[in-house]
Amino acid sequence: MLKVRNISTFYDRIQILKGVSIHVGEGEIVALIGANGAGKTTLINAISGLLSVPDGTIMLGDRPIHNLSPVKIVKAGISQVPEGRLIFSPLTVEDNLKLGAYLRYRSKEKDEIAQSIEEVYSLFPLLKERSSQIAGTLSGGEQQMLALGRALMARPRLLLLDEPSLGLAPLVSAQIFKTIVRLRESGVTILLVEQNARAALRMSDRGYVLETGTVVLQDKAQRLLENKEVQRAYLGKGKKEIWDA
Amino acid sequence: MWGPDTGPPRHEYNNMTFEQQILQYLITGVTVGSIYALIGMGFNIIYNATEIINFAQGEFVMLGGLLTVSGMQLLHLPVPFAAILAIIGVSIVGIALDRAAIRPLKDASPITLIIITIGASIFIRGVASLIWGKEPYLIPAFSGEEPIPFFGAVIQPQSLWVMGVALIVVLSLRQFFGRTLTGKAMLATAVQPRAAKLVGIDASYMVLLSFALSGAVGAAAGIVIGPISMVQYDMGVMLGLKGFCAAIIGGIGHPWGVVFGGITLGIVESLGAGLISSGYKDAIAFVILLLMLFFRPQGVLGKSKGDRV
Repeated sequence: MLKVRNISTFYDRIQILKGVSIHVGEGEIVALIGANGAGKTTLINAISGLLSVPDGTIMLGDRPIHNLSPVKIVKAGISQVPEGRLIFSPLTVEDNLKLGAYLRYRSKEKDEIAQSIEEVYSLFPLLKERSSQIAGTLSGGEQQMLALGRALMARPRLLLLDEPSLGLAPLVSAQIFKTIVRLRESGVTILLVEQNARAALRMSDRGYVLETGTVVLQDKAQRLLENKEVQRAYLGKGKKEIWDA
Repeated sequence: MWGPDTGPPRHEYNNMTFEQQILQYLITGVTVGSIYALIGMGFNIIYNATEIINFAQGEFVMLGGLLTVSGMQLLHLPVPFAAILAIIGVSIVGIALDRAAIRPLKDASPITLIIITIGASIFIRGVASLIWGKEPYLIPAFSGEEPIPFFGAVIQPQSLWVMGVALIVVLSLRQFFGRTLTGKAMLATAVQPRAAKLVGIDASYMVLLSFALSGAVGAAAGIVIGPISMVQYDMGVMLGLKGFCAAIIGGIGHPWGVVFGGITLGIVESLGAGLISSGYKDAIAFVILLLMLFFRPQGVLGKSKGDRV
């Protein structure tokens, strides 16, 4: 479904991605793991069209999308839940969701949009309770649900999730992860960036390990979980416990 | 310097009781305050969409007045048509300002863009002085100049126009930002430009729209005050600052705040000018502005934003 071939990106003159290739198949959950600064978010933003891609190609199906504006990429069926959630805090929960369907309003799908809102509410009943609350007053977990719901309102074929569990209590993250698995069951393909590599790999089909702008490892998620190198670097196994005084 | 005079001639104050004089000052204050509020709304619109303070807002006001004068004198149009033409014209100036000066600097910080608007305001004023010269023009009152008696004081019919237009504009803007998807998309673009792009909102179109809209609102302000004060190429400087002051007092971006701020400012100025000395009129406004910026920069009605990490 999504094929990223050999792309490079730059911030000013500093090269961030150095010839990265990944692919995501229809209905898969694919995890991107790697340390801070490895280029995970950069890759996601390049796919969303927020960054220009001077080298390489990104194909959605048979369609090249690496030269499209972010707006057209959303139209093509890729939505991103950005790191840090970036909800529209002065607006109400419901308005945030409606804006998620902004392009669909432009193509006059009023009734279907109302139905999509109900679907998001059934996925996150908490949001329904708070539908007229100002989004900035929600808790972190609720904001993450809202950001997810907002992205779903565009009815994406492919959902890019950037650190969905960042800064959330373990119980809340678990709930978010559960939702992600449910979303896949409903037919959404997911590319997931996650600090919590273990949780990410457990729910994914495949995974890529990014290091300083290149893919150093790719495999079935289960095999990555068993990989010694991955365990040492990202899963915190085999490390001697250190006690600070 | 520019100063609207909506009250009766000076000598008539001598025939009024003190209470009537105060009432007269209040009427003047509310009228002038409505103008400040209208101008402040122009600041709000662009701020709401971009977090830029557009210091060329006063120039929009000046252009609104002068284009109306030209429409009447050169094209011999009646006031309403000249006014509509002027509003459209200034919206186009707003669009041009965005296209020529704001948009080319894609990733500039708000502070850079604010400085650019100051430059643009000087440029627009210069061009206006070349086109219209430095003399003042007068727009005839919309519905006569027969003052309406009001509890011993008087109201100029034009004052009612000013207040009415301010009210209509604030209500329509509230409707626009609170009820329409485009208005909400505009707010969304201002608070989270990246997320707005990710839901498919075309940010540069929103910015363009905000400049056109605030051009229209600014022009409306310039047209309704035309009959009260003269319109002149440099009237935008002081009016722009007063409008900014109104927006700051009320809390910038806040729809009712700017009305509150404008009218408060108008009344304080008018009372200060009447009871103390008219020489201090502008000073009063700027002392208030400074005090607000020092002690309550979010404005009287403004809340700190609901942010949470």
